[in-house]
Amino acid sequence: MAIDAATVRKVAKLARIAEPEDRLEPLARELSGILNWIEQLNEVDTDGVEPMTSVVHQGLPMREDVVTDGGDPDKVLSNAPKSAGGFFVVPKVVE
Amino acid sequence: MSELTKLTLKAALEGLAAKSFSAAELTQAHMAAVEAARPLNAFILETPEKALDMAKASDARRARGEAGPLDGAPLGIKDLFCTEGVRSTACSKILGNFQPTYESTVTANLWRDGAVMLGKLNLDEFAMGSSNETSAFGPVVNPWRANGGNAKLTPGGSSGGSAAAVAAELCLGATATDTGGSIRQPAAFTGTVGIKPTYGRCSRWGIVAFASSLDQAGPIARTVEDAAILLKSMSGHDVKDSTSLDVEVPDFPSFVGKSVKGLRIGVPKEYRVDNMPPEIEKLWEQGIAWLKEAGCEIVEVSLPHTKYALPAYYIVAPAEASSNLARYDGMRYGLRVDGANLTETYEQTRAEGFGDEVKRRILIGTYVLSAGYYDAYYLKAQKVRRRIADDFDQAFEKVDALLTPTAPSAAFALGEKSDDPVAMYLNDIFTVTVNLAGLPGMSIPAGVDANGLPLGLQLIGKALDEGTLFSLGGALEKAADFKAKPQPWW
Repeated sequence: MAIDAATVRKVAKLARIAEPEDRLEPLARELSGILNWIEQLNEVDTDGVEPMTSVVHQGLPMREDVVTDGGDPDKVLSNAPKSAGGFFVVPKVVE
Repeated sequence: MSELTKLTLKAALEGLAAKSFSAAELTQAHMAAVEAARPLNAFILETPEKALDMAKASDARRARGEAGPLDGAPLGIKDLFCTEGVRSTACSKILGNFQPTYESTVTANLWRDGAVMLGKLNLDEFAMGSSNETSAFGPVVNPWRANGGNAKLTPGGSSGGSAAAVAAELCLGATATDTGGSIRQPAAFTGTVGIKPTYGRCSRWGIVAFASSLDQAGPIARTVEDAAILLKSMSGHDVKDSTSLDVEVPDFPSFVGKSVKGLRIGVPKEYRVDNMPPEIEKLWEQGIAWLKEAGCEIVEVSLPHTKYALPAYYIVAPAEASSNLARYDGMRYGLRVDGANLTETYEQTRAEGFGDEVKRRILIGTYVLSAGYYDAYYLKAQKVRRRIADDFDQAFEKVDALLTPTAPSAAFALGEKSDDPVAMYLNDIFTVTVNLAGLPGMSIPAGVDANGLPLGLQLIGKALDEGTLFSLGGALEKAADFKAKPQPWW
């Protein structure tokens, strides 16, 4: 399945990556090339095959529902691009 | 360069135990080698002060009679592992000068056992690449050169810095990670030993995530025994990683040197791909002959879905990556590029912070997970993944391990494949099946090609049966008697 520039624009929007207009066509060609190569999966008969989500043959472990970490806001904020008064500073979210 | 850097990890640990030299001396010798090898671009951050402090602390522990199994051994750490207070970047601009306030479990295990950190090693950005060329710090140069040539070759990827540093004798061993071949292919390209253990053997906690159902840590070392020593320290159950396996860690080094007589070795016929260089075919035949001589029985097996592993991988891995990398939003850590509003800030931060290959994979992943395409791509790939895992289950009913080439070629020149994503992806044709099935795989240097460049053989084992791989790897290593080394030009 070939991807066109409009699809790249939509996918880039979903992925929150700014792609300039002049990159959309080249990206469409690149991604189409990869997806065309991937198309060969259609040759495989997968009727009735259970999709594999994990290679680990064990259930997810349970633990007591207690606090095991936290209480260290300075550490949490130590790499923030912007912080003030113990909070992350972010662009306005609600108008 | 000092003789101390030429030691194997095992010999260095014995020398430290015999007090032939101190950890400080051993570390200083390696720090000098690291400094002299800057043209390789293997280390992107040297931590000499920390290394010397750790070495002195190690000498003090040894003097008190409290030395651990790796005490005083200088190692390199792939910059995908978070190290407390030491810049960790995944070789991406988007992490900027990120300084973790915590230590990854695997590196914490190494420090618990007394190892010394020399610094952080280069890799493909977020481990996405097979040549180290996608790194924001520029490519690593392979210490190996073709006979009579001086072209710069790739060390492979993504663990190119780890493999180059070990091959160039800058450290006694290195941590690495493998999502589709990122330990084994660089090991093959640099004449080193690399093992990706069973999925869940090493904790993923504190390792920057790429594709969580495939990522696994492992060591790169100069001998099979050294790899076994390192893997033993790196492994173990960790409550902080829910996919980490709650099983005992075997004494891996004790498997090296064990007889392999009577083991049944499968040779998968589907790995005889078109256009395979005759030298690789020949090396494979040689490997089969070596294991026969060691008393193994060779059995032809079939893994019919092999050719579909790479295309399935290039759906599963980008899908997981697009989800994992959503966390890089410029709000809590790393780069932030301010836009006119919140959405533009996200978009510009990610446009500037991610490199081309990472963007390409995020876009593919977002596309295959998007409404209307999920079943056709993602669900289909998960079903094919099951088929691939079933192939291995059937083969392992008949054999104890499999023998294949590690990579379809020797190291290629930097720049040779960087314009063609699919050609680059084909590097992992023999390694990626193992990640999809969660099995252990090991690359052992087995010979050189006509240009004098190293080639590797791969052993694939049953889940949790790394022990057998170490025995077989030891047998191959002994038979191959691989003595070639890169000639220092840097």
